Amino acid sequence: MMRFILPFVVFMIMAAFMYVGLGLNPHEVPSPLIGKAAPAFTLPQLHEPSKQFSPQDMKGKVWLFNVWASWCTACEGEHPVFMQLARQNIVPIYGMDYKDKREDGEAWLRKHGNPYTLVVSDMEGRVGIDYGVYGVPETYLIDKQGVIRHKQIGAVTPEVLNEKILPLIKELQAK
Amino acid sequence: MKKYLLVLLLCLLPAFSYAGQAKDMAADPVLEKRMIGLAENLRCLVCQNESLASSHADLAEDLRREVREQMQKGLNDQEIIDYLVSRYGDFVLYDPPVKKSTLVLWYGPFVLLLLGIGVLVYQLRKRKSLIAETELSDEDAQRAAALLNEPPKLQNKPKDFQA
Repeated sequence: MMRFILPFVVFMIMAAFMYVGLGLNPHEVPSPLIGKAAPAFTLPQLHEPSKQFSPQDMKGKVWLFNVWASWCTACEGEHPVFMQLARQNIVPIYGMDYKDKREDGEAWLRKHGNPYTLVVSDMEGRVGIDYGVYGVPETYLIDKQGVIRHKQIGAVTPEVLNEKILPLIKELQAK
Repeated sequence: MKKYLLVLLLCLLPAFSYAGQAKDMAADPVLEKRMIGLAENLRCLVCQNESLASSHADLAEDLRREVREQMQKGLNDQEIIDYLVSRYGDFVLYDPPVKKSTLVLWYGPFVLLLLGIGVLVYQLRKRKSLIAETELSDEDAQRAAALLNEPPKLQNKPKDFQA
């Protein structure tokens, strides 16, 4: 009997590891920034470059920080989700135009609509590096104390928004 | 006249103060070599099986620029690695540190090796017990000796060849 049980158990253990392993997305690298203060920066605004924005201005508010670019095709996919969310007026969405040309970014927002309370531009991608951005789009949820609570790597889908991000926003806003 | 000439000569002086253009960062071969050496042990996050040194991804170029600038600022390699790890996590390291989440990675193979040795020893012991020699009784020993010492009986005796 042992002859059959033992290989079967070994097989099941291996199968379990492989099942979990194949289900993981290797492009989702867990960010070390979760639970840490959002890195400070001061960047010019996209629409009014003479004005600046820095995350310290957002103390006391729960907000979403979405990194996007006009050259990013996946951003077009998630954009309607943000347009819808902006209409609901639940949480302010701030955008960062990442490694883009100002004209291209502005034209893209004219074409697809602008869900952002404000957009900053990170032409050289330096702030992106501070936030550990390695693929666009990426979205950060930042709490009232300025701590990063969640990082969405890749597009925000309606499922991710409803199951993960919105409940977390409610929880953080109640605090 | 002499005075004017002197002033004129002095006016030409700035022409000799040309010190060459600011060096491109990449033009400093020592620094570049050090940067590549470090970047070879770091993973590019975009194309994950490429090192930061060999990747052509946009982000890899930016990160190489960042590493160069940090080196110029006088940071040592460990400080630069810490800088990148604090942003991108241990994932950027091809040589991840031993900690709770990497215990399986570091010691898993040895556990498997020990397990394998255990199974091998167990199996060998089991086999040995299966083929253990049984003691021959005196009777059997005599029979065996008799059989072994008997001259071979040729069953098909070749017939004498007669012409």
